[in-house]
Amino acid sequence: MTPLQICLLVSALLFAIGFAGAVTRRHAILALVGIELMLNAANLNFIVFWRFGAHPEALTGVMFVIFSIAIAAAEAAVGLALVIAIYRHYKTSNLDEVKDLKG
Amino acid sequence: MIWIVKNLWLIPALPLVAAGIISVNKQPKRKLAASLAIGSMVLGFLLSLCAFAATLGHGGGEHGAFREVFSFPWLQFGGQWMSIGWVLDPLTAVMLMMVTFVGMLIFIFSVGYMAHDVNFMRFFCFLALFASGMLGVVIANNLLLLFISWEIVGLTSYLLIGFWYHKPSAAAAAKKAFITTRIGDLGLLIGMVWLYAETGTLNFYEGGKGCLESGALAQMLTHATIGGMAVSTAIGLLIFLGAVGKSGQLPLHVWLPDAMEGPTPVSALIHAATMVAAGVFLVARVYPLMAAGALMGEHGVPVTTSLTIVTWIGALTAIFAASIAVAQNDIKRILAYSTVSQLGYMMMGLGVGGVAVGMFHLITHAFFKALLFLGSASVIHGCHEEQDIRKMGGIRKYMPITFAVYAVGMLALAGFPLFFSGFWSKDEILHAAHGWSVSQVPFYLGCAGALFTAFYMTRQVALVFFGSYRGHPEESSHGHFAHSHSSSHSHDPHESPAVMTVPLVILAGFAILLGVIGTPAWPWFETYLNGHHVEFDLGKLTASGTLTLMVSSSLIVFTGLGLGVWLYGKRQRKTAGEQDVLEAFQPAIFKVLQNKYYIDELYEVTVIRFNAFAAWLCDFADKWIFGGAVLVVSYLTLGFAWLYRLTDEYFVNLGFDAGCDSIRGGGGFLSKLHAGRVQTYLRIIGVALVMLILFLIWGRKA
Repeated sequence: MTPLQICLLVSALLFAIGFAGAVTRRHAILALVGIELMLNAANLNFIVFWRFGAHPEALTGVMFVIFSIAIAAAEAAVGLALVIAIYRHYKTSNLDEVKDLKG
Repeated sequence: MIWIVKNLWLIPALPLVAAGIISVNKQPKRKLAASLAIGSMVLGFLLSLCAFAATLGHGGGEHGAFREVFSFPWLQFGGQWMSIGWVLDPLTAVMLMMVTFVGMLIFIFSVGYMAHDVNFMRFFCFLALFASGMLGVVIANNLLLLFISWEIVGLTSYLLIGFWYHKPSAAAAAKKAFITTRIGDLGLLIGMVWLYAETGTLNFYEGGKGCLESGALAQMLTHATIGGMAVSTAIGLLIFLGAVGKSGQLPLHVWLPDAMEGPTPVSALIHAATMVAAGVFLVARVYPLMAAGALMGEHGVPVTTSLTIVTWIGALTAIFAASIAVAQNDIKRILAYSTVSQLGYMMMGLGVGGVAVGMFHLITHAFFKALLFLGSASVIHGCHEEQDIRKMGGIRKYMPITFAVYAVGMLALAGFPLFFSGFWSKDEILHAAHGWSVSQVPFYLGCAGALFTAFYMTRQVALVFFGSYRGHPEESSHGHFAHSHSSSHSHDPHESPAVMTVPLVILAGFAILLGVIGTPAWPWFETYLNGHHVEFDLGKLTASGTLTLMVSSSLIVFTGLGLGVWLYGKRQRKTAGEQDVLEAFQPAIFKVLQNKYYIDELYEVTVIRFNAFAAWLCDFADKWIFGGAVLVVSYLTLGFAWLYRLTDEYFVNLGFDAGCDSIRGGGGFLSKLHAGRVQTYLRIIGVALVMLILFLIWGRKA
């Protein structure tokens, strides 16, 4: 088993855990945590494919991941703000009770 | 052209405008309505006087009587212009004066008579319209204009006879008058169309081109129609049919007595000044047509088929209606039959003696018949709307003025010698009938009619004005003497107000004086109409034929009067229910007369039943034959529509429905997915991702 395969397995595992959390957790913040895990799994993939790819000397993978993390941070801020807004509006953060997205 | 000829239209237009103004006003303006209607008649009378003055002094020339026409093109159809216009000749002038003057007096009288009626305004509106229609008939120089006005007269007679339309009898009488005269009008219309087809013009006089002038007449004489009859004769008879309807001649007289259901001034207007005079006037107007191609009789009087028929119908009507009047008990009905009878005399006069003879009786009759009707209105008004002469009696004491003028009218109608106009005009007719070359029978019929006339008028006057008042028998059996005395006093007849008596007195004056213009000694009226010079010649009065006739007709009148006085004057009936003297004497004949020879009943079983059968037949045909055809067509359409619906629903719609259902199902499924739960979306995305990956893996392999 090459290091690439091992790393891809780890990232796939990470993504699956994150997905399961995002889908199953009732609490909005925990769903958000799941989403962050899936995002980091994706970032790990970027790094892995860069490190074991054809041109590891160019810093493309790192640059990409830094961008991604920055965006993820902004996204987490927006997500938390949304959770707070939802909580204020619905007096709950249980995602099952937040169904007003349906038109 | 004299200004009055050009402006002759003003005379009928004035009452027309008055009627229009009254009709748009609100109900309570009684004074305005009455003054407008009366004012229009006064102005019309003044204009008529001007017209009359214009026609004077033109006699004696070689052109005959004064005649001026004014025509203008009115209606274009095809390449032809129909022109209408008016004519001023002595006939028009005399009629204009009579209609406006008598109409004016009747209008004034109506102010008093209708004072308590709610629909005072409507009444005066109709009266003015009525007068307007009649004046239109009189001035018309065109059969079309005459016909239009004629129909206005017919319409307003309907409106006025049915004025108290809440009474079923009045509504029925109005309908009867309208429909009966309509039968005659149909003849007039056909005659008019035929006349236009033959001559190409409906103008009476148009400088030689009119349909009553020699050119057109000669053309019509040469054409023959059914049975070898000249076209002019056929057209003349058709036009006469219109006159028969309007003037209540046999056999279309039935509406005239029933027309008594209207207010009494209306009866006066219909019987004296307007409607029935229109028929006689029409015959006088188309007299040249009737007399066309005549073989001259002994006295220079034309004799033609149409004039012979006019004479016979007139004579028969005269005796027929006079005999019915003998047995009637309604004061107005007696006068109505008297009018029918007198109209018969006029027709007879036209037939045997020409225009002047018939028209003279028309004019004198207009005055004394208006007088009699207004007098009877005054009596009815005074007796609290009682019309049965058996329930009157002794009214002479209560209403002296009415009695005096009524007596004048009665003597004029009966033809009391020398002093009353009716004598001279009736005598002239009898004189002409005596000299008629065709037959002597109309003369004897006329004499018998005169006897009846004198008799029934005496009977009426004796029953109404003499004896004791029989109006309130139920009060004498009341018990409380003082009470019944006071109430019977207030129920006694009373004299009418001045607004009613003054017109009566004026009419009475004319009923006496008018005879002067037509005596044999000074036949001004005849020469005026014919355009000759008048000569005063007392010798003519005592000429053997004239004198004998005058004496014999006086004898007839005296016999009638004496018989009336003997039968009704001497032995006064005591109660209203008592049997009539004649009824006791000859019950069978009296019953026939009282039931008007059962003419109405005859019409009931013949014409009306036939009409009802025809109506039923038409209804049946309409319902089952034509209606059936329509029904079949409609069911066919319905069947096709049903077929279309079937195709539409089960073939076309089914496809659409199926498509729609699947789209709706898909939409429902998608909307279920779109439940609003973010996590569900995520779950779906996850599944999709897995499937995508699986697809990529296996798809690559394949």
